[in-house]
Amino acid sequence: MSDHVEIANLSKVFPTPKGPLRVVKDFNLRIRRGEFVSLIGHSGCGKSTVLSILAGLSDATAGGIVLAGKELTGPGPDRGVVFQSPTLLPWMTAMENVMLGVDQVFYTASREERRQIAEYYLTVVGLADAMHKRPAELSQGMRQRVGIARAFALSPKMLLLDEPFGMLDSLTRFELQQVLLDLWNRNRLTALMVTHDVDEALFLSDRIVMMTNGPEAEVGEILEVPFARPRRRQELLESPEYYRLREQLIEFLNVRAYTLKGQTPGQGHGPGPTSHAPISPEAEPLKPGATAERTAMKAEPALKS
Amino acid sequence: MPFLVLSGISKSFGAPDSRTEVLRDVCLTVEKGEFVAIVGYSGAGKTTLLNMISGLLRPDAGTVTLNDLEITGPGPDRGVVFQNYSLLPWLTVAENIALAVDQLFPNWSAAKRSQHVDHHIAMVNLSHARDRRPSELSGGMRQRVSVARALAMDPQILLLDEPLGALDALTRATLQDEISRICRESGKTVVLITNDPDEGIMMADRIVPLSAGPGATLGPSIAVDLARPRDRKALNHDPRFKEIRSRVVSWLLGEGGRPAVSVSRKLVLPDIEPEDLNIPRPLIGGRRLPRRRSEERRETVEIPS
Repeated sequence: MSDHVEIANLSKVFPTPKGPLRVVKDFNLRIRRGEFVSLIGHSGCGKSTVLSILAGLSDATAGGIVLAGKELTGPGPDRGVVFQSPTLLPWMTAMENVMLGVDQVFYTASREERRQIAEYYLTVVGLADAMHKRPAELSQGMRQRVGIARAFALSPKMLLLDEPFGMLDSLTRFELQQVLLDLWNRNRLTALMVTHDVDEALFLSDRIVMMTNGPEAEVGEILEVPFARPRRRQELLESPEYYRLREQLIEFLNVRAYTLKGQTPGQGHGPGPTSHAPISPEAEPLKPGATAERTAMKAEPALKS
Repeated sequence: MPFLVLSGISKSFGAPDSRTEVLRDVCLTVEKGEFVAIVGYSGAGKTTLLNMISGLLRPDAGTVTLNDLEITGPGPDRGVVFQNYSLLPWLTVAENIALAVDQLFPNWSAAKRSQHVDHHIAMVNLSHARDRRPSELSGGMRQRVSVARALAMDPQILLLDEPLGALDALTRATLQDEISRICRESGKTVVLITNDPDEGIMMADRIVPLSAGPGATLGPSIAVDLARPRDRKALNHDPRFKEIRSRVVSWLLGEGGRPAVSVSRKLVLPDIEPEDLNIPRPLIGGRRLPRRRSEERRETVEIPS
């Protein structure tokens, strides 16, 4: 089967008082249908920029994106977006917030069927008893559940998640990752998630795309996550493979995200549990496979539409 | 002999006819010099629990004793560090700390008191910012002032109420290391409240998980027998670290998690496909019916080439 999403030579340049700043340079990525891909990198590496171009909220300076055989030109309901803050309309109940989009894309269906769709997704995310509450009456975690239900209810061709759990405390985050995964397991929407949480990326994704530091951020390495689905966090936490992959990701974020761009590691920002640990001398060398993949991605021919 | 003892603590809030039980039968003993972390969900009652140790709240049932004396109100024998720093904005760093020192040690000479203040400012590496006001300090620096103020009172026990919750990941990591070091050097007994299992593991000698409310109670103690100082990078490889982490997280998500609300509700998910909004809608009257997945027919047509 051909790729569901093709991102080709995507570049984004922002004008600044000091001249143009190229945030993303020649970003290439192909996503298969039903695949869950995460973009991980330090803040400022342009991962959210890529996502907002995909969502149609920002224009690419160069390059293009094809989703299910059509080039994307602007925002649309074929892409469901979950933002970092749930961005619900405060004067509407959870149900009304979800119905807003559902009424648009299912306008040929009956009112009852549309209501059933909203009710179904709100119940599945655990809001059976709270769907007629307004955002102000809901906790931060519950609001984000509404945001997830709203995105899934549109039956989009693709799901875009922009650090969906970044504002939540770690335990609520664990709970909501499970909610998202359970819902995703039901219909396996093609998904792209931006995150800087290593554990979150490993738990949810099929593939993790690691981005080098900005400016001019590129795809650094790609990690295949081999765990079988459906996944249970408990099993993952006990698997030695999990910690091996986790180390590989942290190692990338702490060292190679910088060195691949000719920078010195450990300067300035950087999240993650080892962000300011000294670089160990036995730091893993760049994997030959990863390099090959990187070159291959760059050598991909431009898309013909 | 146990130093801090909580026995059979219960606490409820609300009007008599609609009371919500926050804590139920909480028992905890802390030895002198021990660093205990209480890890739990937001809203579970962690702060309520800490407020009963600090004396800002009285339990409905049960007693809290420190050094065999029952706690009936707040006092300078317990130093508290709040999440929101709680510094006086019109006083400088040195003046904020001096406020506590002058109250507690009126018999000391002015020179000795000022030396005591400076010693504690130096301990948290803020000597260069001695005469700045809180508004001129970053969040991490403010929290250091708060820690210095608490320790300058020379309390018997230090109570940390999610001290790093409002800080970014990197500052949080730095302060975790710094606070653990300071606490160890001062030999103080510490109770830390946090919602981050990793923070507990980095800092504490023992982790006690608090179950999700209402009616939250403490789970089994988990000893963190990892050598200090704890190096984040090395910990990633440490099998003991993985085991502790997995035990804490599993208890909090399993036994101590929110009770799984099993709703048995009849849900209908209509079998309809979203409409393409780029295709103009038919005029009123010419109503179309939604596309149904079950009615879609697929055919394979062979084309001779």
